[in-house]
Amino acid sequence: MKLEEFEAKKILESFQIPIPPYGGVVTGANEVSSALKRCGPAPWILKAQVQTGGRGKAGGIKKAKTLSEAKEIVSNLLGKKLITAQTGTDGILVKKVLIEKGVAIQKELYLSLTLDRKQGKMILIASSCGGMEIEEIAQTSPGKIEKMEVSVPSGIETYQARELLLKLGLYDSNSKLVQERIKFIKKCVKTALSIDASLLEINPLALTENHQLIALDAKIVIDDNALFRHPEFKTMESSLGQSSAERQAKKAGISYISLKGNIGCMVNGAGLAMATMDIIKQHGGEPANFLDVGGGASVQQVTTAFKIILSDKNVKAILVNIFGGIMKCDVIAQGIVTAVEEIKLTIPIVVRLEGTRAEEGRKILAQSGLNITSTRSFKESAEKVVELATGTIAVTPSPSLV
Amino acid sequence: MSILINKQTKVICQGITGEAGSFHTRACKEYGTKIVGGVTPGKGGTFFEEIPIFDTVKEAVEKTEAQASMIFVPAAYAADAILEAEDAGIKVIICITEGIPVLDMVRVREKLAQKKEKVWLIGPNCPGIMVPEECKIGIMPGYIHKRYSNQKQLGQVGIVSRSGTLTYEAVWQLSQLGIGQSTVVGIGGDPVLGSSFIDMIELFDKDPETEVVLLIGEIGGLAEEDAARFFKEKMSKPLIAFIAGKTAPAGKRMGHAGAIIEGKSGGTAQEKSLFLKSMGVHVASSPAEIGVTVQKVLFSRNNR
Repeated sequence: MKLEEFEAKKILESFQIPIPPYGGVVTGANEVSSALKRCGPAPWILKAQVQTGGRGKAGGIKKAKTLSEAKEIVSNLLGKKLITAQTGTDGILVKKVLIEKGVAIQKELYLSLTLDRKQGKMILIASSCGGMEIEEIAQTSPGKIEKMEVSVPSGIETYQARELLLKLGLYDSNSKLVQERIKFIKKCVKTALSIDASLLEINPLALTENHQLIALDAKIVIDDNALFRHPEFKTMESSLGQSSAERQAKKAGISYISLKGNIGCMVNGAGLAMATMDIIKQHGGEPANFLDVGGGASVQQVTTAFKIILSDKNVKAILVNIFGGIMKCDVIAQGIVTAVEEIKLTIPIVVRLEGTRAEEGRKILAQSGLNITSTRSFKESAEKVVELATGTIAVTPSPSLV
Repeated sequence: MSILINKQTKVICQGITGEAGSFHTRACKEYGTKIVGGVTPGKGGTFFEEIPIFDTVKEAVEKTEAQASMIFVPAAYAADAILEAEDAGIKVIICITEGIPVLDMVRVREKLAQKKEKVWLIGPNCPGIMVPEECKIGIMPGYIHKRYSNQKQLGQVGIVSRSGTLTYEAVWQLSQLGIGQSTVVGIGGDPVLGSSFIDMIELFDKDPETEVVLLIGEIGGLAEEDAARFFKEKMSKPLIAFIAGKTAPAGKRMGHAGAIIEGKSGGTAQEKSLFLKSMGVHVASSPAEIGVTVQKVLFSRNNR
């Protein structure tokens, strides 16, 4: 679960990590005045709450010095589609603006805690270059990236934090400041481990003119697998940042991701589901979605899956690809027939059943009298569904797609 | 020969009385796996279809000399179950459970790394290990597998995969072509795993019965690239691969917790496929051609 900036900052604040004085999140110009009051005197920073990088360059972060200026900026940002280097041409709709107090800073740095998949460890990454993406720093000044292993659940020791300060040029002759900064780093580590973050990124991490470290921006991704032990995140608004179809799928235990094509897919297993999308594309079609119906694939599950696929009005044909292992194909075929009848499916559907009792399954489909094309091989299934969706014969896969 | 397990391996199931645990313990036993016991705290002294149940893994190991454990314990308790198995001296731990928090796995890996003796952890979030016609520890359908190739001289394929049903698809294609499998290992779809592609292809490279190795990868992380580098530097047998997810959008988790293209640091199926090819790996271009790609390599090897 990826959090919005304001949510991430609230978490940091609850762990006593300094953030800029918080005014609030507004959804209309009428809320601006009270938010500014909470911040204290100008200048104020107004930040579009969208989950994408490159907001600043795209005009999503503005500075205001007067109330009328702030109101105007908020009115302009809300409802606007922000197009950044990462969003593509569609952009991303701004629904909320975070208002906080502008902070005078002397230096921007970088700090993050993230999972190193290869080592299977949490690592702390820091750099004296901040404000740009870490990948950019890695390219322009690879020598300025510090990495440190974090022990789970104990975190890092004080000497490690001190070492990091030295490397970042944050060590100071004032020992009180050093103690503060060590605490800051240790708190960040503690926060990441306490909330099961797979990413906690503070970029920029700023050194203010008052010599304090402060989190100017924050990005937090919570490990979905750990949400069961964090009821406090249940209410986070980001958890609702999905389409209604995606929410419906999640409830039913189905993995569903909407894409831009017109061929709906229903598959059991994530790997096979991805492979099914790939083969559709190879034969000249465009998948409309990723959908893993799960291992069980009961009648109810299949019905829900069909409904979710059909909620996308672009879908012209559906490919069902089930490898029956533990789940027997005849049971799945019966489920498909029942579901198709129940929701009165009218668009063509291609079903490939393979594995346990596949022959019996195909017989059930053939005898159903429904608009179902039963296929055998993986390739034939892709060809058939592309033909039905586009009205043209599928192209032979071009090697360039590989 | 096979890797990790064989028909002599004594196996227990942790979480044997749960729905999935009991169903699959039964299926494994029917397949011929030597299931010697189960563990469910509080149910020690009772039986599940003549299989003795113990309260702890330690007790199960003392009484049955079990060497491998299959874990179906719910996600919230699965990391603890892995550590219990390791502490009791189990040598091959196969964790089927999906949805274990990443930090739990980080902690488990840290503990396992401190062990003097090698303990193999396979998974989590995996279908398990299969040695056709000998031993099945996991949830894969047994009958699709085939031990020996129709043409004896072709030898067998060792398979390692991050996926479940896509592996069954590949196994099915091979069996249809009359090509046998020495061992099939699902290492799991999570970002932090007990064993890597490299761990498995290294074992396959040493296994006399494995002629070639098939790797089934997907988007996310750099494990396939690492495996390809290992292949080029150290492996003597041919490596064949398929990478799923060429149409997967960036930033979205494709079902598996580990299947996500993150940042700008790579992890796309195209990048992986190209890199693998550049390292000399035979990459199947379509999921429908995994079997025939393996077949081609086996034939060319036999016609040398």
